[in-house]
Amino acid sequence: MRHQRIYYANHTSHFDTLVIVATLPADLRAETHPVAALDYWGVSALRRFIAVECLNAVLIDRSGQASADPLEPSAQFLARGHSLILFPEGTRGGDGIIGPFRSGLYNLARRFPEAELVPVYLDNPSRVMPKGSFLIVPLICTARFGAPVILGTTEERAEFLARARAALIALAAPGPSIEVAQALG
Amino acid sequence: MIIQPIFAATAGGVVAFLGLCTLIGLVLSSRVKTPAARDTVANLNARIRSWWGIVAVFGAALVFGRIVTLVLFAILSFLALREFVSLTPTRRGDHRSLFLAFFVIVPLQYWLIGIDWYGLVAIFIPVYVFLLLPALSAVAGDTSDFLARNAKLQWGLMLTVYAISYAPALLLLDLPGYGFPNALLLLYLMVVVQISDVFQYVFGKLFGRIKLSPAISPSKTVEGLVGGGLTATLIGAALCGITPFSPLQAAGMSAVIVIGGFFGGFVLSAIKRDLGVKDWGRMIEGHGGVLDRMDSVSFASPLFFHLTRYYFAA
Repeated sequence: MRHQRIYYANHTSHFDTLVIVATLPADLRAETHPVAALDYWGVSALRRFIAVECLNAVLIDRSGQASADPLEPSAQFLARGHSLILFPEGTRGGDGIIGPFRSGLYNLARRFPEAELVPVYLDNPSRVMPKGSFLIVPLICTARFGAPVILGTTEERAEFLARARAALIALAAPGPSIEVAQALG
Repeated sequence: MIIQPIFAATAGGVVAFLGLCTLIGLVLSSRVKTPAARDTVANLNARIRSWWGIVAVFGAALVFGRIVTLVLFAILSFLALREFVSLTPTRRGDHRSLFLAFFVIVPLQYWLIGIDWYGLVAIFIPVYVFLLLPALSAVAGDTSDFLARNAKLQWGLMLTVYAISYAPALLLLDLPGYGFPNALLLLYLMVVVQISDVFQYVFGKLFGRIKLSPAISPSKTVEGLVGGGLTATLIGAALCGITPFSPLQAAGMSAVIVIGGFFGGFVLSAIKRDLGVKDWGRMIEGHGGVLDRMDSVSFASPLFFHLTRYYFAA
């Protein structure tokens, strides 16, 4: 049976999603949905086309004004056995700093304990196209996949989020995680 | 697009040599027993397979003429620069400089060769890019590691764009008394550089005992350097018929190419160790990245170009 996964990654560039999607084999790609911000990717027909039609994305309302749970559309895909790509910092950060995680990752992990939580550290997308620039510099990007993080049955939200973030930061130094990346493929 | 008999003969020689290598590779792969030897032979055969591709692309470019050759080298510089910068830390403030390096400086350097403006080819990157890029970085306002960042980018451009561009710059030389198109001299340079690399590898694998510098490269040996260097020099001398050189001059030129090429590989290995990587990339199966194949070209080309220009050009 194929594993269902929530890939979670550091977020520095619009290229982040492309890098992860590009590393996935075609059959996994078809059932993997990046979670993208509605207030950015939903504002124009073109952006919506790129996100939803090209990248298979599911849009999330970050405004806090939504009547329903903003994670509900994402949860529906998990309920169908699909996978997600999540950027738990919630927004694109600066050079080399991984911000605190928002609680979506924890909430989804609680609801879908069978989904594997796979940290993915992205190297270089921020140099390809940093926040605030539309100039693309053609550098080679690397995605390092770590071992899945498992949510403990009694683990608290803050404790889990800190642990998941540490697992991602640990991938920032190149080294042993490369075998893991191949094993995942 | 004119295929001269001499070009066809040289190309035929290269293809025959590669065919022989492929045969040897086949025989070796059926004979090896130990896992370590099997890995070595598998890598050898991957390298030979890639060589067919390299020879096909390069041969086609030479046949299609000057513009295609310049475009090919521009692409090689672009890819080598990409590998170099991908592994070299830069900051947000360098973004505009990097964009300029890839999309303006690389094409411009090769365009200058294309329009025969040698004077500007020689100073564009070492003088004007050298002054322009730090100016752009300063405008961006980020001072952390300012000197190191700018020095690294300039170094990368000098190596992957400026130095490599001296190989196709051979096309702009006016060589009186040389009865062939200059493309043949470019082919000569590439054959001697790469044959030297290949035979240093072969002699090193077969007879290598004394490591040249274990801290920099575990695969470079004294036996490899001497055996490979002498073989390449002899082959270079034997190929004097496709150059404007006498046999002795061709041997001297080949020796210079060998020594330059060796230091190219050596210096870039030192940088790879510094950056903590084994190869520059993984674009060429068995070899690593484009820069792993072009490292020796980058050091040998300016030497060969200037010696040829000084002694043989009009």
